[in-house]
Formats: sequence, C-alpha cells, structure tokens
Amino acid sequence: MSDEIALEVHNITKRFPGVLANDRVNFDLRKGEIHALLGENGAGKTTLMNIIYGLYSPDEGEILISNNDGLQPVQIHTPHDAIQMGIGMVHQHFMLVPVFSVAENIILGQEITKGPSLDIKTARRKITQLSEEYGLEVDPDAIVENLPVGVQQRVEIIKALYRHARILVLDEPTAVLTPQEVDDLVRIMRQLTERGVSIVFITHKLKEVLEVADRITAMRRGQVVGTTTPAESDEHKLAAMMVGREVILTVEKAPAKPAQVVLNVENLTIVDERDVVCVCELGFQVRAGEILGIAGVQGNGQTELIEALTGLRQRKSGKVVLGGKEIPELSPRLNVEAGQAHIPEDRHKHGLVLAYSIADNEVLCTYYQPPFARGLQRDMGAVMKNAVELIARFDIRTPSPNLPAKNLSGGNQQKAIVARELSRPIQLLIANQPTRGLDVGSIEYIHRQIVDMRDRGIAVLLVSAELDEITSLSDRIAVMYHGSIVATMDADKATRAELGLLMAGSSLPTQ
Amino acid sequence: MQNSMTYYPPWKRFLIRYWPFLTLGLVILAIILWRYLVDPSATGAVLNATVRHSTPLVLGALCGLMGERAGVVNIGIEGQMLMSAFIAFLFNVWTGNLPLAILAGILTGAILGALLGWMAVTLKIDQIIGGTVINILALGLTGYFYTAGLTTEGKLRPIVIPLLSKIPLIGKVLFENPPITYAAIILVFIIHYLLFYTKWGLRTRAVGEHPRAADTVGINVSWMRYANVIIGGGIAGLAGAFLTLESVGSFERAMSNGRGFVALACMIFGRWTPFGAWGAALLFGLASAVQTQLQFGGLNVPHQFIGMLPYLLTIIVLAGVGGRSRPPAADGVPYVKE
Repeated sequence: MSDEIALEVHNITKRFPGVLANDRVNFDLRKGEIHALLGENGAGKTTLMNIIYGLYSPDEGEILISNNDGLQPVQIHTPHDAIQMGIGMVHQHFMLVPVFSVAENIILGQEITKGPSLDIKTARRKITQLSEEYGLEVDPDAIVENLPVGVQQRVEIIKALYRHARILVLDEPTAVLTPQEVDDLVRIMRQLTERGVSIVFITHKLKEVLEVADRITAMRRGQVVGTTTPAESDEHKLAAMMVGREVILTVEKAPAKPAQVVLNVENLTIVDERDVVCVCELGFQVRAGEILGIAGVQGNGQTELIEALTGLRQRKSGKVVLGGKEIPELSPRLNVEAGQAHIPEDRHKHGLVLAYSIADNEVLCTYYQPPFARGLQRDMGAVMKNAVELIARFDIRTPSPNLPAKNLSGGNQQKAIVARELSRPIQLLIANQPTRGLDVGSIEYIHRQIVDMRDRGIAVLLVSAELDEITSLSDRIAVMYHGSIVATMDADKATRAELGLLMAGSSLPTQ
Repeated sequence: MQNSMTYYPPWKRFLIRYWPFLTLGLVILAIILWRYLVDPSATGAVLNATVRHSTPLVLGALCGLMGERAGVVNIGIEGQMLMSAFIAFLFNVWTGNLPLAILAGILTGAILGALLGWMAVTLKIDQIIGGTVINILALGLTGYFYTAGLTTEGKLRPIVIPLLSKIPLIGKVLFENPPITYAAIILVFIIHYLLFYTKWGLRTRAVGEHPRAADTVGINVSWMRYANVIIGGGIAGLAGAFLTLESVGSFERAMSNGRGFVALACMIFGRWTPFGAWGAALLFGLASAVQTQLQFGGLNVPHQFIGMLPYLLTIIVLAGVGGRSRPPAADGVPYVKE
C-alpha cells in the first residue's frame, strides 16, 4: 500500500424523491489498499458506489481518478465509462446470467471474436490465465447456476479483472458466504492488493472490517461520519459510529428455565425435488422457555427441515408433535392455528406479500378470523387498527400502514414479519436466518425480541448460518451436517472452534 | 450433497434432455418409411404437404424466438403474418414484381415489429396486450381494405435443384421447393448460428435472461430488444409473403388462420431453439398433411374432426411433452433502469 490516491470523490450529493441518499460525501481510496465502507442499510454506501460505477449520476460533486497524468476529474455516465477507467464492481446481487457458462459471462460485453464467431477458445485461455495469476480457481465451462455462491463471486471478480479493473468495489461480498468462503475471499482480496488493485469493501459486519481493512470509513444517513483504521478502533467504536449511539453487541439474557416439551420431532426424513435424502432420521425436542439453535453451513438440510416443520414441504416419514398434538403435513394453516410462528429464511418469497400493504401483511395469518373478518366480509377498520398498533409497538419505520411492503427497507420488512408472528398467541417460534442481511440496529432489536419470547415461556427453534448468532442466542446448540444432527450441546459449553469443526463434518476428538 | 450434480459429457446431456423428442422423431420416421414402402406416391404427397405447411410455422416460430430470447414476448405473430400477407399481395397486384412483393411483406412485418418494440420496450406496456393490439389491428385493417376479385400475374414457382432432387423420397420433398421454403430452412441454420455462436447472440440471450447484468457490462438493453423484435418481425413478414405469394396466390380475409399461434406453440415445444422449432413445425405440418390425406381417403368421420388434428396436437404437445421447458428468465418483463 502506498499513499498514492487511486480514486477520490468530492462533495458528492445525490437526492432521490424524499431521500438525501448522499450528502456532500468525501472519500478517497489509496493504491493497493482495502478501504472498508461501513454503514447500516440505507446509509448511502451502495448509492455512492453506484455513482462511481456510473449507474447513477450525482446531483453535485466530482469524481477524480488517477491515470498517467496524476489525479484527474472524470465524468462517469454509464457503467461502460467506469469500466473504461478501470473500475470494476461486484454487486451484492450478482450480475451473472445463470444459464450461461463462466466464460460466456466473463466475456459478455467485451467479446473476443474470430470473424463473425465468438472465440470461446481464446476466452477460455485468457480466463485460465487470469485465474492462475490471481489464485481464483474456476472452471470456464461450468454453468453459473450450478456453482456455489462463493465460486460465482469469484467469477464476478475475474469478470472485473478481465476488464482490466484497477479499482474493485465489492458490495456486501460476505453477506451470502459461508465462513469458509469468507476466508477464501479475504485471501483473494489480499492477493489482489499485492498486485496493485485497490479495493472498496462495503459491509456492515464489524468483525470482518477489523480483520481485513487497511482503513475504515463509516457512513450514516448519507453522510461520512469519519475515517479510522483497525488499529485505532474496536467493534464498539465502529458500531457507535455506524448507528450513532452505543449498541449492545452481545445479547444479555438470563439463564433459561426450560419447562415442558413443546416441539417433538421424531425420525423425520425428507427428500428433495430430485429424490435425494436431505434430512435423514432427524429427532430433537424444543422445550418451552428455551432457544434451540441449529448451526450448520447453508445447504445441509436446514431449509428443508424448516419447510417440513412449517407445512411447506412433504415429509417422507417421521412424526412432528406440537404442544401434544401431532401436526399433519402440508398444512401451514393448521400449524399456525396450533400456535406456531415462523420467521422465514427468505422474507421476500415466504415472509411477505410484497405488493400488499403493510396492514394486509400484518393479518396474513389471521385475516379470516374475528376481529378481522365478520362472516364473509373483512373488517378493514380492525385491520388498520391492528396495523397502527403493531407499527408503534415494533417500531416499523413507515409513513403509512397503507404502503406496499416492498417499499420498506430490509430491516423494517423483517420487523413487519416479526410483528405479525409474535403478536399472535403462540407456543413455538421458528426463526430461520432471522437477521440475514440486516444492519446492526435491526439485528439488536430482533435478537431482543427472540430472547423476550423465550423468557415468556415460548419454545424457540433458531436456524442460522452465522455462528455468532447461534452462540449468543441459543441455550442449546444442535449442529446439522449432511441432513443429520451430528451433535447437541449446551451453549455455554460449546466453543467456536468446536462448532466450526462439527459444521465442516469432522467429529470431535474423544476425550 | 452439495455436489450431487453429476457431470455428463455433452452428447449424454443432449440425450438426457431431448430423449422424448428424439424418440418421437424416430417413431415418426419409421412410420413414414413404412408408408413409403406401402404407397410411395401418397407418402411423397404427404411429405411435400408437410414441408409446405411447416414453412409459415417455422418462420413464425423463428420470429417469436428472436423476440423472446431478447426478453420480448411476441403474441402478435399472427397479426404480423396477416398484414404482411396482405401488403405483399397488394404489391404483387400492383407491380407484378414478385421479389419486390416479398420485400414489401418483410418490411411490413418489420414495421409491426418496431411497433411491438415501441410498446414493449419504450412504453413498457404489458407485452401480451401489445401483441393483441397488433393482431386486432391487422385483422381490422386487412378486413377493411380487402377488395374481392383482385387477381395477380402469378406466384412463386418451385426451383428444382439439379441432382439433389433426384434422390428418392426426400429429393422431391427437400430440393424442389419455391424460394421462401428454402429461405425458411436456411434461416433455421442462420439463426441457430447467430444465437449461439456470435457476439450478437450472446448479447441477445443475456438481455433476455438477465437484462440488468447486461446493462452493467455496457450493453444497451433497449437497442438489443428493438433490433431483435424488428428482425423477428421481418421473418414473420416473410411468412406472410409465403401465404399470398407462394402458397395460395391470393389474399383472403383472416387467411393466417391461427398459424401465428401454432408457430408460438412450435417455439415453446422446440424449447426456444431454432432446430427445435423446426422439428415442431414439421410435426404440425405432418399433422396438417395427414389431415388432408384422411379427408380425401373416404374415412367415415366428419371432416371437422379431422380438421382439428393439428390443433389437438398443439394442446397435447404443450400440455404434455413440452411441459418442462424453461423460457428465458426475463421473457416478457420490461427492463426498468434503477
């Protein structure tokens, strides 16, 4: 890393209808450094980077990029301009065509041709060269949709390098990765900076920032709050910079008082669409007043398990007993009526009807019951009253209960789901990745709610790929690997190292 | 468990994916051979009719294919065909110049393609509605301006390719056709090459699958969609010209007679690939040809029922064998820049 500047922005301002997304932002990136851009959702990080990448044009301010003549002001109107100036961006939602091969995705837009035909052979060779040079292993002929997320991300990085990017913007690159994939990414980032690439690393995960970044700039509500280095700060300081107040990072909770068994799962076996067994002879219990955390790398059967428990997926065999009553499969309504609450993994797909108003979303489980319905008629007055109450009680930030759910930010959408699920009389709460993609403030809030539910004597089943979330919330931890629970232990006796090993499929050494 | 995707060599993947189609093709081939041995002249006639019937369907399917690969659903093929058939016919009446008439047909289709592009890409209105507008427009305009009793100098004559046309059975079927039929067959190859082996095709498919990804690498999504829909329109125009200049020789009200929709079915059955569409079109062409043969064959069934055959086949094929096909991901979705 040198002190030479690769990119600088001056007083960038960007307004969207009703929002000041960037407010006189100043930011600079040195050659060969990893500069973390930290902030909550909606703080303006992605807006700033989209401006640099030519996807938005700023209302005010200028961008300077260094070239042979030193630092020069530039105009970036389209992504094409940005690519020309050596800027590459890896978007949070990958910009890859799923049905194309790796090579096709990489050359798209800058194709190598021989006469009128595409020259895939040369492209393949170039890609192999790049992947060897930077230690990014990919198979140029693999179809992207068959690749794990971590590898898809590598494809995105090669795509930028293929376009000779000297400045690389990574937008929330770790949000979708498993712990092992994160380690891989960090290694790759270091290799890139050694070769003179400068990296902007957008994130809201504090631990990673302290591990990886050379410098850290925090943003809040469209403004830069300050720039610091990992040496000068710690998690608490960064969190306070981001949120603007002290944040409680560890969940404070009293010891659990487990009572009667609420959920009893016996011999549960599930097969997936391709008839492959993905959950095998699973059995566990969750008691009232305790949180059972299911740890595991994504894709080890957790999704299928939760879908089977909530009535969304067929069971091959096994028994699920909720509050003493056996639950028939494939009936979400019976599950709901038996007192089950579900915070689904994908809030857009299974949590909300995005086009419906918040008020309607809050009664998705109960719209057919009084007071929300009288006979065949809905009582919109009661629906509204309910929405207004929940918005206040769960601190959902919205101008109106009539707003479509899709217009809320991720954190507020999750709060809306939590509000709906926890405001009913329930015995069991199933939370699957409840804080994925959320900012520190929202995470803190949702964790608090989950622990409160436990303290009120509700049984909680928590699934998360985030080890920190599992260890800080759970009373007992079960580790899932290849569709089976490979170990169950008390949370206070579990260590991160142990859990990591179990999640990776190795058994613990016997004492 | 994460790696349960087994790797197969390309030919094996091809077999796994397409075995129902290949089996169907082989069965039909066997039946044709058998019929040929029993009754060569009738079989030859059926096969000739098959190719004739399939030509507007292939062309229509290629039109739909170009649009949908780029993300624009074109349900207006029927209207594009009908209007082009009419205009091509008028040009033939006025000038008697067949190449000029064909060109007029192609241009008419392309203009209607541009109209669809304008509605779908620029105005971003629902593409099904846009296509329906074209269908109704064509039906209304041609119906209104049509005058009975117009006659023409002639229609396109078969071109006999020497030597090749002497091959038994297929010689007459493949190498003794009028020009638009040849053009349709050649276009299948050209568009296959264009879509899967050129820069243009890569970009077209990217725009139809993930327009935002294409946009972020500097591809002009709107332009690609316009261009493909217009080219597709031109191909549908050729299909229209086929109807009046090559097949019938005159214009009748609503003479496209649902072929645009059957073409759409061919495209889906053919899984959005030119060769697949061609195979499907031949299958429908065969059904139509057999239907004609049966009507003359003195079968004791009301001819309306036999006439249903191709359409019945459409329904069965779309509901059954073609069931598990996957359209381009952004098909029919207008692209809105953020």
